[in-house]
Amino acid sequence: MTEEHAEHILSYGKLTTVWVALLVLTAATIMVTRVELGVWKVWAALAIASVKSGLVIAFFMHMKYEPRLFRIILFVALFTLAGFIGGTFFDVLYR
Amino acid sequence: MSHETAMAEGGFWRDTGRTGIGAWIFSTDHKRIGLMYLYCVSGFFLVGAFLGLLIRLELMAPGPTIMTAQTYNAVFTVHGVVMIFLFIIPGIPASFGNLVLPIQLGARDVAFPRVNLFSWWLYAIGAVIVLTSLFTGGGAPDTGWTFYVPFSARTTTNVSLAVFGVFVLGFSSILTGINFITTIHRMRAPGMTWTRIPLFTWSLYATAWVQVLATPIIAITLLLVVTERILGLGLFDPTRGGDPVMFQHMFWIYSHPAVYIMILPGMGVISDIIPVFSRKPIFGYKMIAFSSLAIAAAGSAVWGHHMYTSGMSDMGVLIFSFLTFIVAIPSAIKVFNWVSTMYKGSISLEAPMLFALSFILLFSIGGLSGLILGAAATDIHVHDTHFVVGHFHYVMFGGTGFAFFAAAHYWLPKYFGRRYREKPAIVGWVLMFIGFNILYFTMQVLGMEGMPRRYYDYLPEFARLNFVATVGSWIMLAGVAIVVWNLWRGLLKGEPFTGNPWGGASLEWSIATPPPTENFEEDPVVTHGPYDFKGAGVP
Amino acid sequence: MSHLEKDSFGAKLGMWLFLFTEMLLFGGVFILYSVYLTRYPKEFGLGGHQLDLVYGATNTAVLLTSSLFAAMSVTAIKTGAKKLTLGLLSGTIGCALIFLGIKYLEWSAKFHHGIYPNSPKLIAGPPGESIFFSLYYLTTGLHGIHVIVGAVLMSWTAVMVQKERLNATDNVTLENVTLYWHLVDLVWIFIFPLYYLIL
Repeated sequence: MTEEHAEHILSYGKLTTVWVALLVLTAATIMVTRVELGVWKVWAALAIASVKSGLVIAFFMHMKYEPRLFRIILFVALFTLAGFIGGTFFDVLYR
Repeated sequence: MSHETAMAEGGFWRDTGRTGIGAWIFSTDHKRIGLMYLYCVSGFFLVGAFLGLLIRLELMAPGPTIMTAQTYNAVFTVHGVVMIFLFIIPGIPASFGNLVLPIQLGARDVAFPRVNLFSWWLYAIGAVIVLTSLFTGGGAPDTGWTFYVPFSARTTTNVSLAVFGVFVLGFSSILTGINFITTIHRMRAPGMTWTRIPLFTWSLYATAWVQVLATPIIAITLLLVVTERILGLGLFDPTRGGDPVMFQHMFWIYSHPAVYIMILPGMGVISDIIPVFSRKPIFGYKMIAFSSLAIAAAGSAVWGHHMYTSGMSDMGVLIFSFLTFIVAIPSAIKVFNWVSTMYKGSISLEAPMLFALSFILLFSIGGLSGLILGAAATDIHVHDTHFVVGHFHYVMFGGTGFAFFAAAHYWLPKYFGRRYREKPAIVGWVLMFIGFNILYFTMQVLGMEGMPRRYYDYLPEFARLNFVATVGSWIMLAGVAIVVWNLWRGLLKGEPFTGNPWGGASLEWSIATPPPTENFEEDPVVTHGPYDFKGAGVP
Repeated sequence: MSHLEKDSFGAKLGMWLFLFTEMLLFGGVFILYSVYLTRYPKEFGLGGHQLDLVYGATNTAVLLTSSLFAAMSVTAIKTGAKKLTLGLLSGTIGCALIFLGIKYLEWSAKFHHGIYPNSPKLIAGPPGESIFFSLYYLTTGLHGIHVIVGAVLMSWTAVMVQKERLNATDNVTLENVTLYWHLVDLVWIFIFPLYYLIL
């Protein structure tokens, strides 16, 4: 095990900051979706959810401190899921 | 060979502390797990082949021949379920993958040996559940292996239990995939760079990714069928606003990539066998390795080509048809590279090579008939006919099935320390090859003429060719029987098999026969590629 | 590279691969959701307004907090604070129980109003509404099962920490269990807006 990376331990303070950010974003998404924005409401909510999950993955799940391999395979998985949804919509949207 | 002592004592066959069956079903040794898989999948292959024989007997003549229509529906369903989920998906990866992959990487076991054992247990439990479903509740499922709604949500046969069994089998497949990916990333011996990984293991890497990323979709789809039947969710029920075509989408999102779970390891076997029996390094190593990944990726985006006649949008048909043709490119790259490897090689036609050569031909026929199905216009003519049945048997049996036998003849002597006799193997192969073509080529002709699949009865004008096909099935099964019997007898009682008679250059040929429990007495250091026969010092 | 020493990198890689399968499993449900949302936007809107935002928002906060505790427990065990680790794990499990309790209240209220899979009220209603609630029960039910599994795993890990089988040097199992827990949280981060907010 030659390429073992130095273990990174997150401080309680940093984790708490992330948690506060997540709560703030939750409040934000509730407020945004109470305003009448039409279709944009969906995209705004999904964008905020993506930011939130980004925070959870990067800090709570340590992704930021893992080797690059982990980020590559994460994107492979997400890309695959996006492909499955997108492919289905080639049918559903044009039916 | 410095491992003469281990060899004399029977390598990993030696007692490991536990006795009796416990030494197997609780063993975390990848070789023992691989063999347990091998026994199971071989057994299910024979069960499935027997059911296939029954189907052909029923279709030998028009009208009722040997069974009722309901029995026929159950028989072709169970033939499909057994062959797909119990034989061909775990067939090569779980059995030969477990036997060979860690050794080819220079590792002592897979990354998670206990998970590996758990995966076998899940396979066994799933198999028992599927078999139980045949004899309990409303009787054996009659939906076809695809479990299409709305029929699967309504039929009174025991679909729920069968589907749950398949769910468990899927979990087993996922765990094997996770294990292989982690093993390939983490357990490679020093010097085993990515471009020194044998192509069989490369193909398992691509396969494992499909297993990990696609299998969950079938899991949720099958759960939905169960909840549909038990809770009445109505998600696929048109009267409640559901869309049955969505079931087809979700089913094929897994089940099309699943055909690459079936064929990629077969291609890997062929890529390992051809250079060894041509005495030449593989032509285009990187292209073959890369094309495995390309097939896995492109193959995950073409599921819609199973649904041209389902009422899918024209845009969907267009795009899926286009994407389907892309898969042909990496597949053809492989075929060209295999043929180029043989060019000017010193080819020795022994049993593994014969199976490998027939793989190339049969897979090519299957692949080319696949183009007819991939093109939307021609597919509509032959959709749901025997043409499709012939096509996928060419790819699945002519491809993966023949590769399975090629692998068995190539690697099993290494693990048993004994070998089969060459002559019966060749006779069996000839019969299989001839019978195979009579059976499935005739099916393709029948399909072109318009004979639908899964029908119990047919018009009198199809009678002659159906009779021919059934005779073909007898010839083929006679060949299968000879091959299996010869392997069985040879591996248990045959001549001793030692050393490296075929002159393979990958790591599994550098260790004792049978392999010791720990595979390598000292951790190997890899200094040459898997097809560098000079570097490996073999003639 | 001996097989004898524990490979925590490999263990985490395996766990992440497993998490991908979970993402794709829920991904299947989200495929159905997105397709049916485009087909029945109005009925989904009506259905969504019948869900209780207070329950949903509270559960979001509860799960985020549980995730914080879980993430902190990894820090705690790596710094050798056994008692704190156990406390944080109990906090996570406690949050899981609160989440399930609220889910129970929410589901019972719906059942009380005759909204449950295959209920006469839904069968009589417009088709899209029945689809919405079927998806709602399917998604939250599947998620609930994952919460239960996560809580059981957390409890088992706590026992391991108590026995010091997991400690400051050997703790990848705890890390992996918390990774699983964060995934459960991640899924909820998407369920919450999709079912409670945007409709």
